[in-house]
Amino acid sequence: MKKALLVAIAVLLLLVPLLHFAFPPGHPLHLSEFYVGLLGKFLCFAICALALDLIWGFGGILSLGHGLFFALGGYGMGMYLMRQIGRDGQYQAELPDFMVFLNWKSLPWHWALSDSLVGQIFLALAVPGLLAAVFGWFAFRSRIQGVYFSIITQALTVAAMLLFFRNETGFGGNNGFTDFKRIAGLAITSPGMKVGLCMASGVALIACYLIARWLTNSRWGRILQAIRDAEGRVRFLGYDPVAFKLSAYVISALMCALAGILYVPQVGIINPSEMSPAASIEMAIWAAVGGRGTLLGPVLGAFFVNGTKSVFTVWWPEGWLYVLGALFIAVTLFLPTGLVGLARRFKK
Amino acid sequence: MTPELLEAGSEARSRALTRIATAGEPIFNQGVALYVEDLKVAFDGFQALGGLSFTVGVGELRCVIGPNGAGKTTTMDCITGKTRPDSGRIYFGSNLDLRQMSEQQIARAGIGRKFQKPTVFEALTVAENLELALAGDRRASFAMRARLNGEQRDRLDELLKTVHLAEERERVAGLLSHGQKQWLEIGMLLAQDPKLLLLDEPVAGMTDEETERTAELFLSLEGKHSLVVVEHDMSFVATLASTHRTVTVLHEGQTLAEGTMAAVQADEKVIEVYLGR
Amino acid sequence: MLRALGAARVSLAWIFMIKRLLLGWLLALGAVSAWALSPELASRIAAGEGDDRVAALQQALAAGDESLGPFLRALQDGRVRVKGGQALVIAEGVMAPADAEEPMLNNRMRREIEAALAGLDLLSKDRATRAKALATLRDAADASKLALFEKALAAESDGELRSQLNSLVAGAKLSSADPGQRRAAAAELAGSADPATRALLLEKLGAETDPGAKVAMQRTVDNIGARLAWGERAQLLFSGLSLGSVLLLVALGLAITYGLMGVINMAHGELLMVGAYATYCVQQGFRAWAPGAFDYYLWVALPASFLAAALVGAAMERTVIRWLYGRPLETLLATWGISLVLMQAVRTLFGAQNVAVENPSWLSGGWALLPNFTLPYNRLAILAFAALVLVGMALLLAKTRLGLMVRGVTQNRRMAACVGVNTARVDTLAFALGSGIAGLAGCALSQIGNVGPDLGQSYIVDAFMVVVLGGVGQLAGTVYAGLGLGVLSKLLEGWQGAVLAKIALLMLLVLVIQKKPQGLFALKGRAVE
Repeated sequence: MKKALLVAIAVLLLLVPLLHFAFPPGHPLHLSEFYVGLLGKFLCFAICALALDLIWGFGGILSLGHGLFFALGGYGMGMYLMRQIGRDGQYQAELPDFMVFLNWKSLPWHWALSDSLVGQIFLALAVPGLLAAVFGWFAFRSRIQGVYFSIITQALTVAAMLLFFRNETGFGGNNGFTDFKRIAGLAITSPGMKVGLCMASGVALIACYLIARWLTNSRWGRILQAIRDAEGRVRFLGYDPVAFKLSAYVISALMCALAGILYVPQVGIINPSEMSPAASIEMAIWAAVGGRGTLLGPVLGAFFVNGTKSVFTVWWPEGWLYVLGALFIAVTLFLPTGLVGLARRFKK
Repeated sequence: MTPELLEAGSEARSRALTRIATAGEPIFNQGVALYVEDLKVAFDGFQALGGLSFTVGVGELRCVIGPNGAGKTTTMDCITGKTRPDSGRIYFGSNLDLRQMSEQQIARAGIGRKFQKPTVFEALTVAENLELALAGDRRASFAMRARLNGEQRDRLDELLKTVHLAEERERVAGLLSHGQKQWLEIGMLLAQDPKLLLLDEPVAGMTDEETERTAELFLSLEGKHSLVVVEHDMSFVATLASTHRTVTVLHEGQTLAEGTMAAVQADEKVIEVYLGR
Repeated sequence: MLRALGAARVSLAWIFMIKRLLLGWLLALGAVSAWALSPELASRIAAGEGDDRVAALQQALAAGDESLGPFLRALQDGRVRVKGGQALVIAEGVMAPADAEEPMLNNRMRREIEAALAGLDLLSKDRATRAKALATLRDAADASKLALFEKALAAESDGELRSQLNSLVAGAKLSSADPGQRRAAAAELAGSADPATRALLLEKLGAETDPGAKVAMQRTVDNIGARLAWGERAQLLFSGLSLGSVLLLVALGLAITYGLMGVINMAHGELLMVGAYATYCVQQGFRAWAPGAFDYYLWVALPASFLAAALVGAAMERTVIRWLYGRPLETLLATWGISLVLMQAVRTLFGAQNVAVENPSWLSGGWALLPNFTLPYNRLAILAFAALVLVGMALLLAKTRLGLMVRGVTQNRRMAACVGVNTARVDTLAFALGSGIAGLAGCALSQIGNVGPDLGQSYIVDAFMVVVLGGVGQLAGTVYAGLGLGVLSKLLEGWQGAVLAKIALLMLLVLVIQKKPQGLFALKGRAVE
């Protein structure tokens, strides 16, 4: 089943440029830019769900702050994109618009690499990775478990959100970054760009999935599951759970950061609301709806929940939160193994 | 002043020795596997251990009995590093001060423990459970690319035979019977190849046949490994201790009596405790 | 445009001139006041430019024309027109002549007019008017008004107003052109304990050039500062305690549901919201059906919010939470879902904007102990209320049968069931109790802040911080943590601002959990895995 689904995703990805370019707009088989963008967004969300499955489904660590890593990755890419606006902004200045508005005369120190795509991508991965490593080390070392851990990850993301809301932090305050123009010289609105980014997201998803599967099938993955089920016992076997949990946490943070990097150019905006606690909690529900501990389940879950959200925000916007709330309740009460578990039961 | 200085000095020396030794192995040159002296542990005012002392020789099979609340599990917790004693000394071999080591370090030094309740990893198969317990590199980075080599595969097969689970090797551990889980856990303990085995009520819930097989297994391990068996089942203890092995009786956190099974059963104090006043 | 309508206007102008004369004559007949304001001054005030305008105003003020007041008020109301260098006051209901220009009033002029009117009010017969005028003039005390102030001081009989006038006089003297006068004024003010005076002195100090006056002013500033310091410290402490009492109320319910029952309730904030909205409904009910008894609406709102929140909590427990006992992570997610539903429901029923909940009159205002230290009544009430609720809850848990059952069930469910306790019912009651207290907290919050669908969200993180920091299993921890966090939060706020304070506290939480994963005041015991 897993192979089949992988092939399906790959085929879908190849279909995207075909359907977008081969048929003109208006043709029933044409895949419009809007849907290409939507698909790209969903693919990024799927990567996040996958990351969360790694630490929650396999590691038993419910992190409710992964949105922070996603957002940091996004901000990293956003910094590059803001610089690429060049002089085409509102103020026609060297510096990004929000800096001109704040009367800043030069780039702050943390924007030093913002002219280089490679440099920023590196930062966009390194910063969340480092944050995850430091935070995780402190947390796991003091054996913070379960619910307490979830709460402090919430505290972390709220603190970061508050920090990014301030204009002085140098990330655009509560408006964030938007109005992007170019990536590496190519216009963001150029016809191939959306398709290219969508495909890149798809490739990233497949890569992350393969890495996750390799990891969970290895001894490392089995020890991680053992830690999830009986951490004390694992310690008595001579393993240090901190090392395993930390590596899982950092890898999942990097995956989320990667998703953020691909997300921002497709959506065209990043602001501190991506760091809100609600955003991180929603990631958990994608994994739960799909089916924890199955890797593919969360991918499906991400598509399912976000697809439903898109439908509702068109038909009945006020109803979406009712549906989401009900989804949380229904999945925890009735569908602990998620959609994948449901499918398996039907098979039997 | 001077006694404190002496105490501090010996603490420092033991810390230094342990630091060197934690990278290495316990030294059994004195014939002592486990040395416990005057161990005291109190929980919120309740004195769980009130000055417990005993010694286990290298290759010895020691049985420990005692009523509930005597401090048997607390002693094991202290030895394996789960609980920090308030005072007293615990030495593994003549050089490793267990009070200075973490649970992982103690496990890696060669002390294995089997818990009262079987704590196997329910989501993994029998073979995977044993694989995790096999002695070897314990680092996370190694585990990502680790594969079983031929020798390890053979050892695995051997262990599966020893614990009578060869047919169940691909079965998920959560689906085993209670007795089978106990066996799996013993198998995991053996896989660690520990020098000292701590067995906390290993035959609880087993059938008579399984109990007999367990006794055989432990007796076969004597000599190559040191064992401490905590049990309530008197017939099992009698089988293990037979006529010449030492039995330690604990009561209210202290050693009440120590000697052969016969001697202990005839001891006045033991009779009083077990039969009531 | 004016020229185009020229000739036709002349006749109109005559009509209006006659009307004005008549008006003036009528006023004279009415013996309210003689039109003693010289037309020249009036036109300079209305039609003048910049400084000359202000000077004319001051002149008129100094002259003490009684008709200045009505004229200025007319100017404020836009009933004055300037025509041919003459200022015309248009009576109510009369149309202004088309070729008369409306004078422009910029901000400065408006301020000057307000100050002048206040200055005139200083001499009013009514004490309240005088007090109000003093308050307005406090920020506009400059040398030009000195004569006016001294005149008012001579006529003032009320003691409190006299002292206020004294500082106004001193303030005016501080703006005097003579450095000697300024020095004297500064020394005179040394005995003050008024933060406004200190602010004024600091302002003047910045622009002061005379060294002698500078020294005198600095010394006075320091004196006042020392006297004020205690007031500031007290205010800070009180704010901290007040915030702490709010946090305590909010966290108390959570301490029951999480501390005692081990249920992580992410919808706790929404229970606060339910209580606050219940208060709003009761308020609206009183407004509609018993407006005379509005001041008593709180007495109905308290039990109403308790019951409303308790019912919602009981419903939550019966339908969702009871199936998830022992699975804290799932409970967390499920209750988050419930919180989303509750918030959206409130948005649907009451709208997404904040709703207005007013304090009853006996809670409005405050007790001013010092000029810079006021104890607002509503916050005092909440302090007392929090203490009451805490004591009530402690007694309930320790002394009543229900409390005993709750403690029994949470400590050993099987045994409690064996001795005949209906554990399911006790669970629901305990959860309802915790939720009800959240409702009470919501009622309290409605009295000091905004009520909107997001009320819960802003407090949930704080509530969890209190419970996590304070430790699980006993109420004392919650109390210490709540009060401690409140005071600490305010101290940090004063030092670095609200946002950084919040961040610092969150980081503190993370660090404390490192050292003491079970909270600061947790019960010790054998660690059971």
